Amino acid sequence: MSDGTPKTNSGRLTAIAPILIALLLVAVFAKRLIDIQGGLDPNQVKSVLLDTPVPEIDLLPLPGRGPGLTTKNLKGEVTVVNIWGSWCVACLSEHPLLMKVAAENTIPLHGIAWRDEPEASLRWLARNGDPYNLIGQDPISEAAIAFGVTGAPETFVVDPEGVIRYKHVGPITITDWAETIAPLVEQLRQ
Amino acid sequence: MNPEIGHYALALALPVALVQAFVPLFGAARRDAALMAVAGPAALLQMLLIGTAFAALTQAFIASDFSVINVYQNSHTAKPLLYKISGVWGNHEGSLLLWVLILAVFGAAVAAFGGALPDRLKARALAVQGMIGTGFLAFILFTSNPFLRVNPTPAQGLGLNPLLQDPGLAIHPPMLYLGYVGFSMAFSFAVAALLEGRVDAAWARWVRPWTLAAWSFLTVGIGLGSWWAYYELGWGGWWFWDPVENASFIPWLTGTALLHSLIVVEKREALKSWTILLAIVTFSLSLLGTFLVRSGILTSVHAFASDPTRGVFVLALLAIAVGGSLTLYAIRAPKLEPGGLFSPISRESGLLINNLFLATAAATVLLGTLYPLIADALELGNLSVGAPYFNTVFIPLMVPLVLLMGIGPMMAWKRSDLAGVLARLKGALFGVGLVFALALSLSGIDAIDIAGSAGIALAAWLFFASFTEWAGRVRLFKLSPANLWKRVRALPRASHGMTIAHMGMAVLIVGVSGSSAWKQENILTMGAGETITVAGFDVTFHGAETIRGPNYESVQGTFSATRGDGKAVTLKPERRIYDQPAQQTTEAAIHTAFWADLYVVLGEGPADTGRYVVRAYFEPFVPFLWYGILMMGLGGLVSLSDRRHRIGAPLRAASIVELAKG
Amino acid sequence: MKIYAALSAVTLTALVATTSFAVEPDEMLANPVLEERARIISQDLKCVVCQNETIDESSAPLAQDMRRLVRQRILAGDSNQAVLDYMVDRYGDFVLLRPRVTGQTLLLWFGPFVLLLLGGLIVARYIRRPSITTVQALTPEELAEVEALTRDPNTGNEP
Repeated sequence: MSDGTPKTNSGRLTAIAPILIALLLVAVFAKRLIDIQGGLDPNQVKSVLLDTPVPEIDLLPLPGRGPGLTTKNLKGEVTVVNIWGSWCVACLSEHPLLMKVAAENTIPLHGIAWRDEPEASLRWLARNGDPYNLIGQDPISEAAIAFGVTGAPETFVVDPEGVIRYKHVGPITITDWAETIAPLVEQLRQ
Repeated sequence: MNPEIGHYALALALPVALVQAFVPLFGAARRDAALMAVAGPAALLQMLLIGTAFAALTQAFIASDFSVINVYQNSHTAKPLLYKISGVWGNHEGSLLLWVLILAVFGAAVAAFGGALPDRLKARALAVQGMIGTGFLAFILFTSNPFLRVNPTPAQGLGLNPLLQDPGLAIHPPMLYLGYVGFSMAFSFAVAALLEGRVDAAWARWVRPWTLAAWSFLTVGIGLGSWWAYYELGWGGWWFWDPVENASFIPWLTGTALLHSLIVVEKREALKSWTILLAIVTFSLSLLGTFLVRSGILTSVHAFASDPTRGVFVLALLAIAVGGSLTLYAIRAPKLEPGGLFSPISRESGLLINNLFLATAAATVLLGTLYPLIADALELGNLSVGAPYFNTVFIPLMVPLVLLMGIGPMMAWKRSDLAGVLARLKGALFGVGLVFALALSLSGIDAIDIAGSAGIALAAWLFFASFTEWAGRVRLFKLSPANLWKRVRALPRASHGMTIAHMGMAVLIVGVSGSSAWKQENILTMGAGETITVAGFDVTFHGAETIRGPNYESVQGTFSATRGDGKAVTLKPERRIYDQPAQQTTEAAIHTAFWADLYVVLGEGPADTGRYVVRAYFEPFVPFLWYGILMMGLGGLVSLSDRRHRIGAPLRAASIVELAKG
Repeated sequence: MKIYAALSAVTLTALVATTSFAVEPDEMLANPVLEERARIISQDLKCVVCQNETIDESSAPLAQDMRRLVRQRILAGDSNQAVLDYMVDRYGDFVLLRPRVTGQTLLLWFGPFVLLLLGGLIVARYIRRPSITTVQALTPEELAEVEALTRDPNTGNEP
C-alpha cells in the first residue's frame, strides 16, 4: 500500500521493505539447509533435561535376567543409559559398538527395553549379544517419557551425582563414541 | 513412446526456454519487433517439447516400464490404470514435470490468444515465463530427472504409497499446480509492467482473468486436499494447519487479495504498486510452498522424500526469482504514478480494508508456519506452532473481513452512503437475528453452542447480504419475470460470479463453524451384533470379512445405522493392507445426509477375537465445506466467462452501452 | 548423513507399524468430564515422534503412552496447566502446539496484531484525504461514469 506517498521516505521504505523481508527469510532457510547438511535432523529436539537429575524410575527386570533398573543404579559412578527395543532397526546398527564397549568393561552400560515384549527383548539379545549391565522394562513409556525420549535409540550419560550430562539421539557411531562420549565419561570421572 | 524421446524433448526444452527468456527481453529493450516476435513461437515450441516429455513419462507409467527408475520406484503392474497415471505426479520428479508442463501451457496460451496485448508487454511477460521455465527445467534435468534408467530392468515396481491411491488425491496435485503456476502469469505481467514502468487499467484487465483462473483452481485444489484428509486419514478432521497445507493456503490468501486489488486498479487506477507487490508475492509464496515441501526444512506429513541438494537448488531458484523481482520492485515502484485518493466510505476503501485483512492473515499464517525455523535461527529455542495457535490468531482476523464482505459489494465507487447501504440490509440483519436465535434454540447455551451459533449467524450475514446485493442488482422484486430474466442475462457474469463466490464463502463458514462446534464421537471395542450410538444414531455392527482388491487385501466391516424410526443405511468401512508397498490405510465409511455426515471407522481389535475398535463420528455441516468450496470455484469460473475477461477479446464498447441501458 | 536419515525413517515407521489408532476405548476415563479435559489437553500436545500431529490424533505408540500419562496426571488431581507443565518439564516447549507467551514468542503472538495496526495506519493515511482533491482529480471519463451512476443507481456499479 505504498503508492499513496511515493515521494516521501516512507514510500521508499515500503518499496524496499519487501526485499529486505525476503532476504531475511532466505537467510533463515539457508541456515537451516546448511544445518541439515551438517547432520542436523529437524525432528531432533535438544533435551531440556541436560544438567538435571535423572528422573525417578523403578523398572522391572527382563524375566530371568537379574535385577531391573532404578534411579539408585544411576548414582555413585558415571553410567551410560541406552534406550532400545527389539523392534528398532536403527538400534541394530549401533549394537556392535555397544558390544565392544561392554567387552572393554570400563563403564556400566544400562539398557531400557522400550515398549517391547520381554520375550522379544530376550530373543533379540540372545541373537545379537547382550552388552547391558542392568536392563529395565518400559512397556508403557514411563521411563521414556520421563527421559524426554523421542525415538529409539537414545543414549544418556549420567554423572556420579545422578545428573544427566549428555543425550545422544539416534545410533551412536564409532566417531561419536571416540570423540564425544568416551572423553566426557573420562572427564566426569575426575 | 520411448523414454529417451521424452528425455531428449525435455533437454531440448531448456535451450528453447532460454531463448524465450532472453531474446524477447532484448528485443523489447531495443524495440526490435522481430526479436520480440520470437517469444510466441518459443512458448508454443516449449509446450510441445514438455508435452512430449510428459506424454513419454505417462506412457512409461502406463506400460509399467520398470527400466525407468522413476516408474520402478513409484508404480506396480497390479495398480489400477488411474493410479498408474496419477503415479506420474505422485512423486517428486514427475510432479515437477507436471509443474513445468502447466507453466508451458499457460505460456503457450498467452502466445496463442494474447493477440490484443501490447507487443512489448507480451514479449516481456513471456520472457519472464521463459526465465521461470529455465529455472525449473534446469532443476529437473540436473537434480530430479524422471527419465533415468536402471539396468537390469527390475521385474516388478515398488508401488505407489497407498495413501496416494485415491481419486481425490489423484487430481489434487494438478489442480493445485494449475493454481500455483497460474499465479506465475500475474507475476510475469507484474515484472513486465515494472520493466515497462507502466501500470494502468488495461494491464489490470489483462492480469485479472489469469488470476481468476489460478484462484479458482487453487481453491478447488485446496478443497480436494482437505476432502481427502477428511475421508482418508480416519479421524474426520479436515484442516490441520500443517506446514504443507499452509504452504498452499498462504498464496490463496494473497491471491484473493490480488483478485480484489486488481479491481481497484482497473476501476480507479489506484493501488498500483501494492497490486504489483501482491502479484509478485503471491507467486513467490507459491514457490516457497514448492521449496518447503521438497527441501525437508520443515517436517510435515505430506512432504516428498526430501533431499537437501534439491533444497539448495530450489532455494537458489527462489532467491533469484523473489530477489530479482522484489529488487526491481524496490527500484521501480516509487516511480509508478500514484493513484487517486479514496473517500472513507467507498467501494475502493472497502477493497483496501479487505486487502489489509487478507494480507495480515497471510502474514500471520506465514509467521506461524516459519516461526519454529525463525526461532531456531535466532536461537530462541525449540518451539512448535500448531493448530491451537492458528485458530486463536486467525479467526479474529477473519470475522471483521466477513462482516465487511457483506457491505463492501453494495458500496458505490468514489463515495458511498453507509447509512443507505445498511438500510438496504435491514432484511438481511433481521434474517441473521432469526438464524442466530434458531441455532441457539436447536443447540443450547453452552459456550461452544454460542460460538457455533455465532459462526452460523456470521455466515447468514454474508449469505443474506450477498443475496440482497444481487437481488437489488437484478431488481428481483420489481420486475416482471420476463424482464427479470433479461436483466439477469444483462448483468455482467462477473457480478454473478462474485455473488456465487461470496455465498460459497458463507456456506463454507457454516461448515467450519458447525463442524467445529458440534462434532460428536464415540469409540467402542465391539463384536458382531453390538451397537454403538452417536448423536442419536444407532450403529449396529454385523461383522467383518476379508475381501481382496486389485492390489490390496481388506478387512471390511458391515454396519447398519438408524436414527429414530428412519430407514437403515448400510456402512462398509475398510482397513486395507496394500501388497506393495505393504502399508495400511483406513477407508472410512461416510453416509452423507445433505447437511451432516455419519462417519464410521473400523480399527483394529484384540487379535483373533472378532472384536474391533470402532469409531463413529457425527460430523454436522461438514458437507457444507465441500459445497462452499465448489461454489467458490464455480463463482470464479462464472466470473471468468464474463466477456470482458475473455482472453484476447478487446473491451467491447457496444456491450457496455447495452448494459448501461439496462 | 543419508544413511542416518534413512535409518531414522526406519525407526519412525517401525514405531508406527505396530499401530493402534488415536484414542483407544481402554484408555478412556470413566468420568466423561475428566475424559473431556484429557481430550482438550491432548489437542495442545505435539506427538514428539510424529510430524505435526497432536497426541490426540496420532496412532504412534508413544503418543498413546503420553495420552495415558495425561489421564494419569488428571486422576492424580493435576490441573490442565499442571499436566502441560509436566510434559514441558520433560520435552521442553517443543511439546506444546500452542506456544506459551514468553519473550521468545512475543513476535509470534503479537506480530499479527502489530502488523494489522501498522497496515491500518497506512490505510488510514491513504483514505483520509480532503474530499476536494477527489473532485479535482475527476477526468472526463470519470465524470461520464458519475453521470451514468446518478442516472441509475443500480447499474454501472460493477464488482
